[in-house]
Amino acid sequence: MILARVVGTVVATRKDPRLEGKKLLILRPISPQGKDEGGYVVAVDTVGAGCKERVLVVSGSSARMAEGCKDLPVDTAIVGIVDDVQLD
Amino acid sequence: MLLGRVVGCVWATMKDSRLEGQRLLLVQPVTPELKRTGRRLVCADCTGAGTGDLIYWTRSKEASYAFLPAEVPVDATVTGIVDSIHLKRD
Repeated sequence: MILARVVGTVVATRKDPRLEGKKLLILRPISPQGKDEGGYVVAVDTVGAGCKERVLVVSGSSARMAEGCKDLPVDTAIVGIVDDVQLD
Repeated sequence: MLLGRVVGCVWATMKDSRLEGQRLLLVQPVTPELKRTGRRLVCADCTGAGTGDLIYWTRSKEASYAFLPAEVPVDATVTGIVDSIHLKRD
């Protein structure tokens, strides 16, 4: 999984019907210290994340194992909202 | 699988219900020579590894197989703690 920050939302009317009602967010990957690491990704939100929150992101076919994502055409899902990162 | 070193951990209260009770570790991928390589990532853990441990981790959907029959939504899991590495140099 990677850490990322929510920076925006995506709205789509014409889409795969299985994605109806799913919230799509734009994420920027971040380092454990919270620094932007370049690039972005669109992810399905399964935990109710909001703008600027740090989130835990699962990619690839594992994303379909997130809550409510079974058999959905998605490859990136938010599975947690990060409270704290401890770096030793 | 790839080698890595545990460098920290992550806490999340709001999370997928099947992640409850899972330890989430920050892992820095390393080369067989133990040099850092690539971005740090978050791994689930099935070994009890701690900070500073040299480990190997499994990528992709296979990472969730460590927790079967539970279907845990993870794409990286620490699946072993490395005791030693032997490299043959030419």
